[in-house]
Amino acid sequence: MNPAPISPASWQAVAARLFPQGQQIAETDQFLSGTAQVDGITVAIIGTTGHTPIGVEIALAQAHAVLQTVREHPGRPILILVDTQGQRLRHRDEMLGINSYMAHLGKCIELARQRGHRVIGLVYDQALSGGFITSGLMADACYALPNATIRVMGLPAMARITKVPEERLIELASHSPVFAPGPENYLRMGGIEAIWEGDLAAHLVQALTAADPVDRRSTTGLVRGGRMLAQTVIASVLAA
Amino acid sequence: MNSYLEANARERLQHLLDAGSLDEWLPPSARVTSPHLAQLDAPVAFDDGVVIGRARLAGHNVFVAAQEGGFMGGAVGEVHGAKLVGMLQRAIRDRPEAVLLLLETGGVRLHEANAGLIAVSEVMRAVLSVRAAGIPVIVLIGGANGCFGGMGIVARCANAILMSEEGRLAMSGPEVIETANGVEEFDSRDRALVWRTTGGKHRYLLGDCQTIVADSIDAFRVAALAAIDACQGQPVELTLAALEAEQTMLQQRIERFGGQSEPTAIWADLGIPESQQLPMLEADAFLQAVESHRLGVPA
Repeated sequence: MNPAPISPASWQAVAARLFPQGQQIAETDQFLSGTAQVDGITVAIIGTTGHTPIGVEIALAQAHAVLQTVREHPGRPILILVDTQGQRLRHRDEMLGINSYMAHLGKCIELARQRGHRVIGLVYDQALSGGFITSGLMADACYALPNATIRVMGLPAMARITKVPEERLIELASHSPVFAPGPENYLRMGGIEAIWEGDLAAHLVQALTAADPVDRRSTTGLVRGGRMLAQTVIASVLAA
Repeated sequence: MNSYLEANARERLQHLLDAGSLDEWLPPSARVTSPHLAQLDAPVAFDDGVVIGRARLAGHNVFVAAQEGGFMGGAVGEVHGAKLVGMLQRAIRDRPEAVLLLLETGGVRLHEANAGLIAVSEVMRAVLSVRAAGIPVIVLIGGANGCFGGMGIVARCANAILMSEEGRLAMSGPEVIETANGVEEFDSRDRALVWRTTGGKHRYLLGDCQTIVADSIDAFRVAALAAIDACQGQPVELTLAALEAEQTMLQQRIERFGGQSEPTAIWADLGIPESQQLPMLEADAFLQAVESHRLGVPA
């Protein structure tokens, strides 16, 4: 019997391109954790797959992996592999305080950064909303593959909530970086540092070399012309 | 008029802070408005729905921000988020004794979708940077729109959260959950269920907020002062020990309550007598009834 075909965005296929020196990543209920060898050093890997919704359990599992890395392997770089449809939309998760679980994950990543771990995010498939704020967007820098989808909410749902006709949003999405879901718009706005094509392993080595704990996304968004006001407003407040 | 719930953002600041002490940055007269709303024919606000500045609270130097729920539900767009980030960066430079965030928000402003999402991420990281600089961040929640979405995450990055019973703190709004998974999953029109699930009392019992107060700006002022005092001499930055304790607390919460489907069952499990009556109690009576039963949180 032949093994199931691996889609281009499967984490195994991406890992094979990212880690030619080898990886030891395990998938447990769509949670990814393990290590990989990059440029001769060991990197901690955490992430999710299968567009999984981030519920309280998988948020806590990722936080656990980050804390374990901080405790047992001081300074070890961390790569976050992002593929999620966003936070889990269930009453039970809200009752348990899912925002606290997601904040906890974000705080664990921040602690790692503050203690000198370089943290890189990679959206290899899909990123959405709260599941992205507390993963890839907490990294020193977040990257994306060309076919990645990054968005806040699907346009039909956005149309329902904003009362703006969906046709209008579709039209806007064709030229306004604010509405289109592709990684190019996040690149222009500074949310994504670069889009990786070709040699992923080389990109990762470069990203680890360039990792910088200072949040420069508003400046990047201004330089790239995708977010013209954010950095200007920040500077105005500092000068007021 | 001293109801926090009924006041707008400016009224809250006016009554919360020492009289006349607020020095606002980028006030409405500066007319810094959203660049994204015009293409949707949506109105703008001259402060983009948030007031920021420095002030005094019983003599303490504080930096403050107050979101205006009356403008787009307090949602965070590019300018709104940048005002928050600018205030937080300035706090790191100028070192006030504390930062107070009066949050009333649905989270990311969908009219500015991608820009709003990145902005909320920048606010989150800036809050943690302020804490890393040794300055406590205190969140106040008591507005009609609650504190939801990405800002519900940001709130839990602060040192302390002060809530009124009327305040709500959560991630996805009940309407979003109902739209995605049906009215059987979460009936957004069942107001009692919404409050039991997201309201200040439930959050207090689980340990997701430090203090619950009556719906009064005076009560929030007293609680904010106490929260600033409580941070004195304590580490306000993230620590491995505190996050490991939080990890344990959140793990135990799933193990103990993960099989429940109704907040009142959790309250009963906590050993609170007549837990069905909790929604009816005033803040003081509520505190008396639950004080020995609530779960704690290391910030």
